[in-house]
Amino acid sequence: MASARTASPRTGRNLEAVLIAVAIGLAIGAYALVGLGVNDALPPGMLGYGAGLGALALVLHLAVRRFAPYADPTLLPMAMLLNGLGLVMIHRIDLGLGKSFTESAAFRQLMWSALGVVAATVIIIWLHDHRVLSRFTYIAMAAGMVLLLLPLVPFIGKNINGARIWIGLGGFSFQPGEIAKIALTIFFAGYLVTARDSLSLVGRKVLWMQLPRAKDLGPLLAAWGVTLAVLVFERDLGTSLLFFGMFVGLLYIATERVSWVVLGLLLFVGGALAAWQLFAHVQARVDFWLHPFRDDILPYSTQIVQGVFGMASGGLIGTGLGEGSPWRVLYSASDMIFASLGEEMGLTGLFALLLVYALIVERGLRTAIGARDGFGKLLAAGLSLTLALQVFVVVGGVTRVIPLTGLTLPFMAAGGSSLLANWMIIAILLRISDSARRPAPEADGPLFDLPVDEIPPELQDGSNSQGDDRDQYGSGNDQETVVVR
Amino acid sequence: MNSPIRRLAAVVTLLFASLFISVTYIQVVSAKELEEKPTNIRTLYKERSRERGNIMVGNKAVATSEPSDDLYQYLRKYNSAAMYAPITGFYSVVNGAFGLESAENDYLSGSSDELFIRNLGGLLTGEQAQGATIETTINAKAQKAAWDALGDQDGAAIALDPETGDILTMVSKPSYNPNNLATHDIDKAKASYKKLNADELEPLLNRTIRQLYAPGSTFKIITSAAALSNGWSADSTANLTGVARLDLPETTATLPNDDGLPCAGGTPTLRQALEKSCNTTYGQLGMDLGQETLSEQAAKFGFGQALTVPQTVVKSVFPSDLNKPQLAQSAIGQFSVRATPLQVAMLSAGVVNGGVVMRPNLVAKVTSADGKTVSEPSPEEFSEAVTPEVADSLKSMMVSVVTDGTGRPAQISGITVGGKTGTAQTAEGQNPDVWFTCFGEKDGKKIAVAVVVEDGGRLGSEAFGSTVAAPIAKAVMEAVLS
Repeated sequence: MASARTASPRTGRNLEAVLIAVAIGLAIGAYALVGLGVNDALPPGMLGYGAGLGALALVLHLAVRRFAPYADPTLLPMAMLLNGLGLVMIHRIDLGLGKSFTESAAFRQLMWSALGVVAATVIIIWLHDHRVLSRFTYIAMAAGMVLLLLPLVPFIGKNINGARIWIGLGGFSFQPGEIAKIALTIFFAGYLVTARDSLSLVGRKVLWMQLPRAKDLGPLLAAWGVTLAVLVFERDLGTSLLFFGMFVGLLYIATERVSWVVLGLLLFVGGALAAWQLFAHVQARVDFWLHPFRDDILPYSTQIVQGVFGMASGGLIGTGLGEGSPWRVLYSASDMIFASLGEEMGLTGLFALLLVYALIVERGLRTAIGARDGFGKLLAAGLSLTLALQVFVVVGGVTRVIPLTGLTLPFMAAGGSSLLANWMIIAILLRISDSARRPAPEADGPLFDLPVDEIPPELQDGSNSQGDDRDQYGSGNDQETVVVR
Repeated sequence: MNSPIRRLAAVVTLLFASLFISVTYIQVVSAKELEEKPTNIRTLYKERSRERGNIMVGNKAVATSEPSDDLYQYLRKYNSAAMYAPITGFYSVVNGAFGLESAENDYLSGSSDELFIRNLGGLLTGEQAQGATIETTINAKAQKAAWDALGDQDGAAIALDPETGDILTMVSKPSYNPNNLATHDIDKAKASYKKLNADELEPLLNRTIRQLYAPGSTFKIITSAAALSNGWSADSTANLTGVARLDLPETTATLPNDDGLPCAGGTPTLRQALEKSCNTTYGQLGMDLGQETLSEQAAKFGFGQALTVPQTVVKSVFPSDLNKPQLAQSAIGQFSVRATPLQVAMLSAGVVNGGVVMRPNLVAKVTSADGKTVSEPSPEEFSEAVTPEVADSLKSMMVSVVTDGTGRPAQISGITVGGKTGTAQTAEGQNPDVWFTCFGEKDGKKIAVAVVVEDGGRLGSEAFGSTVAAPIAKAVMEAVLS
């Protein structure tokens, strides 16, 4: 095995640098188009914008090069591209609304982008090994719950646009649910990696399905309860769908039992139906979704209807950046930015963006498959899944696949908390992918200090029977392999 | 744990697939339907923000799009206000479009398929489509003359070039100022529209093509045409009556001459009957010719036919299933015969054009924003109403009306003028609607005119076509031919 590793493996860092250059080039090009479209002139801030974005990317790229050299080379450029194009669209809507630079949403978004990149850099530098996070499993749970329910606390919780998912301190508002997303993923991964054995035990058989044991249902029910609380009290279908979906997904990965998924779906559907029966605001959301054009609903469903009209006016190739009127849609820079992008970039542009999101998720899931430890697998899969679900909830809401909810489109929508959280997610994924793709070291001594109960039985006798036969990513080998020397 | 992750990846793929489908559905499959929804303000904004093409009368633009710095990028301006309102109509951001603005919207807004290819370059560069310019057939001098001559009376004046069908004047009163409706001040635009719409005099109505009047004695042109085509001749007294009062069969009612006297001593020629506008002669003629012959002759001149100029013209009506007394009434343009002023103008136009009625038309030329001709309608024959021989007789009879009969006020020295008056009783106790239709000819140049003045105009119950309507028609002919 050692002989196969003597040539230094490709890190992909140069590829990453090239891709980042392409991403920033695209963003600057888009920025120029907006200027040409709106003012018939190249925007004066173009070079500054490019330089700022380039500096952010360079910092993060250098940190990755130094501290996570084997990390997936595509994640960072894709996130950079989305962040850059999002900034352009927010800037474009600022222009449409006639906002000056300092009061503009784009300026704030740029600050938050910088903060997000700094946070990602800090994670890359300080978090040498993602498994350190598993030590904080229960702290993460507590933190996640508190963050999630914080908006319900009187005085600091704020009800904005009908959803109580904000906290405000002074003039500053924040969606703690975005950070809770990461904390809870850490908790789910940490909890499930230890509890998976008992959770996979088989209980009674009903029809064709092996049900779990009744006494193992506690955690699922707890997650369900919190989800429903979020739905009912914070009026936020998106967040509840996100958390519950991620939890059920991870439960399935950890236990490999479809019965958990079925149970989870039944619980969610049942809970959602009950909420629909009981709460007027849930009914209203469903009506806006199913019959937005009905005369008696139209005055209230303006947001979705205008969004759909905007996208329709974009058509196949869009009006062109700066040539449409996306600002006519309510929350065009935040909740509805996908419709704004659709209007000016057309179906072509939206397909490209959706593909980038799908690729990020795919690279994240690949990282999960390649990860060498159960916690890393669950964490990477969980984070990828939150991204996928969030894109689905937002885009599905805007395009009427599901009821519209107030989630933000990752990396693109105006909103600091979301941007910060998503950069942190990318950083953690980079970290896990680095360890997944890193060739096994030559030196003696344990690489990881795994808890004994996580070491597969075949390795506990000290021999590496399985070995690391992977090149870059996991082979088709379903067996979890852990390299221990 | 890897195989569940792969299965989960498949689920994620499905989720994304649903997004690809929904986006495609909105942006491509149902895009057109969504764009056309009446609640889609975006489509309206887009269209209203376009630079619409000008509407031209001669070298003068009567409707233009001025850059505007408010809600929409361009404001529609009407430079002659009320005088051209029946032609241009208006383009309002809250009240929709009327007139040419509506009928030629595809050209004016630039969305016409014929302009599409020209705008293809703009589509790729993201430039807004620019509207095409519409040049009208209107003669500015004649329009002004008709407008001034009609003065403060309500009614309509329309003139045609008999050889091409070009509409030379289109005046309708009372009129309105389209700028008040086109304004971007939404409240003002709405209030103006509400006020105009509620006005009893219907200022928004283009009377020349959208209002039906009893044509009165001008219909005798059609009855004469039918008679000349069926064996009668202009200067023969054969088969004509000239009694002072015509007894109508199947009823005790009678049909008298206006002056209560016999026509030309009781034995008129057809020419004399037209000169004096004898009701008894034409009433009897109508009964002799019969429903079918009269109806066919009317249809040949345009009654009951669909017309667009390009604004849609209301169909003129010759009633069906008439009994004899009704037939006698109809033959002198009473009972339920109804015609637009345009239809009445087409009678004179057909007569002076050798029996051929040309299709009336308001648009001379459509020019794209880059100066290329998009459409230039050539004159088109609408129908051959009578043979050239009958047309010749009719023409000389109508000339006699002006030289020797009721049409004397329309005489213009140096110009051959033929015409026919009309005085239509609309209801008991109400002043008559008075008519004059005529043609003028000088050095081969021709014009046909119809004027109607509602409610007797300035003269009220004393009004006749000859005294009220003929001078207006004369002014229009002079503007074009002198």
